[in-house]
Amino acid sequence: MSGVHVTTTINGDEVDFVCPADETLLDALRNRLGLTGAKEGCGTGDCGACSVILDGRLVCSCLVLGAEAQGRKIETIEGMADGEKLHPLQRLFISHAALQCGICTPGFLIAAKNLLEMNPDPTEEEIRFGLAGNLCRCTGYDKIVRAVQAAAKEMRGA
Amino acid sequence: MRYEAPVSVKEASALLAKERGASFVLAGGTDLLVRMKGGFIEPDLVVDIKRIKPMGEVKKSASGFEIGAAVPCCKLGENSALKKAWPGVVEAANLIGSKQVQGRCTIVGNLCNASPAADSVPALVAAGAKVVIQGPRKKRTIPVEQVPVAPGRTSLAKGEIITAIQLPKRNPRSADAYLRFIPRSEMDIAVVSAGINLTLDSKGVVTAARVSLGAVAPTVLLVDAAAKAIIGTKLDDKALADLAAACSAACRPIDDKRGTIEFRQKVAGVLARRAAKIAYQRAGGK
Repeated sequence: MSGVHVTTTINGDEVDFVCPADETLLDALRNRLGLTGAKEGCGTGDCGACSVILDGRLVCSCLVLGAEAQGRKIETIEGMADGEKLHPLQRLFISHAALQCGICTPGFLIAAKNLLEMNPDPTEEEIRFGLAGNLCRCTGYDKIVRAVQAAAKEMRGA
Repeated sequence: MRYEAPVSVKEASALLAKERGASFVLAGGTDLLVRMKGGFIEPDLVVDIKRIKPMGEVKKSASGFEIGAAVPCCKLGENSALKKAWPGVVEAANLIGSKQVQGRCTIVGNLCNASPAADSVPALVAAGAKVVIQGPRKKRTIPVEQVPVAPGRTSLAKGEIITAIQLPKRNPRSADAYLRFIPRSEMDIAVVSAGINLTLDSKGVVTAARVSLGAVAPTVLLVDAAAKAIIGTKLDDKALADLAAACSAACRPIDDKRGTIEFRQKVAGVLARRAAKIAYQRAGGK
């Protein structure tokens, strides 16, 4: 394998890996680094199950090359909880039953986290638009939106 | 496949010019990676332009704005000066895909993908935008509408890279607008689209206009007859009807699963009329 050597920061830890030049960041995360939280749904950037935050921007890791991660900062679902303590979004997704099969959930949580970082007090429309790049075939979205609203409220200390 | 991430435009151009196999520029990758994975292309070389610093910047100068080829569309929406001067260009760029796609996709990528339905292209054409192209030996600047030549094909020669898009300086009482028709409320590809850019005099009479249509021909159309229909008017009902008729007449659409020829012809006129009204209001017309 003629590989590319990549050094990058994932969830605050410096990691390095070697991957083929045409390997996606999603495949590198899952198959080389054991970070299997990000899922492959469509593989074409339509479903958002592979969402990660790259240098502060929400992206589909299936549409990023592993090689592009050199020197960047990546946040994945594995870094969302603080040890055993769940992030408010994670806790409220559970209490609002905002998931069923769970395949889309890591992507929704990362997208919602990024949304609330950019906009701590979003309207329902802003939440729905902000999460439009994440598809869920179980919940009908309503419980997800309620969970994000509750988390936004709690995180604002309201 | 080789992956290269040069730090200068010259280096990038030289890499592309030297490569004997299939070579591609990577900016946001939201089209390129999809095409790679679908097996539509098999690159021997991918040149990532995001490490070239000026390519990631939006610059405002006396002559207007220069948007680097690697600037993701989300950054255009966050630039208040750009949004104020070119609201139509920014709204078109921000219509492309989801938040995830916005974090990566670029207007130059949208242009070079050469889809007839690209959202940002009609807005750029209406704006009179130009592209700066760096080749292995020389640099040239051409109007945006000269880049796509057919679906999926551009006029760029081997080794040439678009480094930036230039938007002209804004005259007073000028504004633009972009509208598209999609059957869903968001996350879709234009069935028909229209971009309008106009300038008014102090009495609210249109003194200059550019009208463009997307997804109704193999490439985006710049419709001179439609611009002529509204120049010298205050966008009264007759002017708007003439604008719509000129747009419908200019369409050369195809029938496909997203819309029929007849539907696209009609809706092109409707969207142009509505976009013209928005641009007129933004320019301060009443």
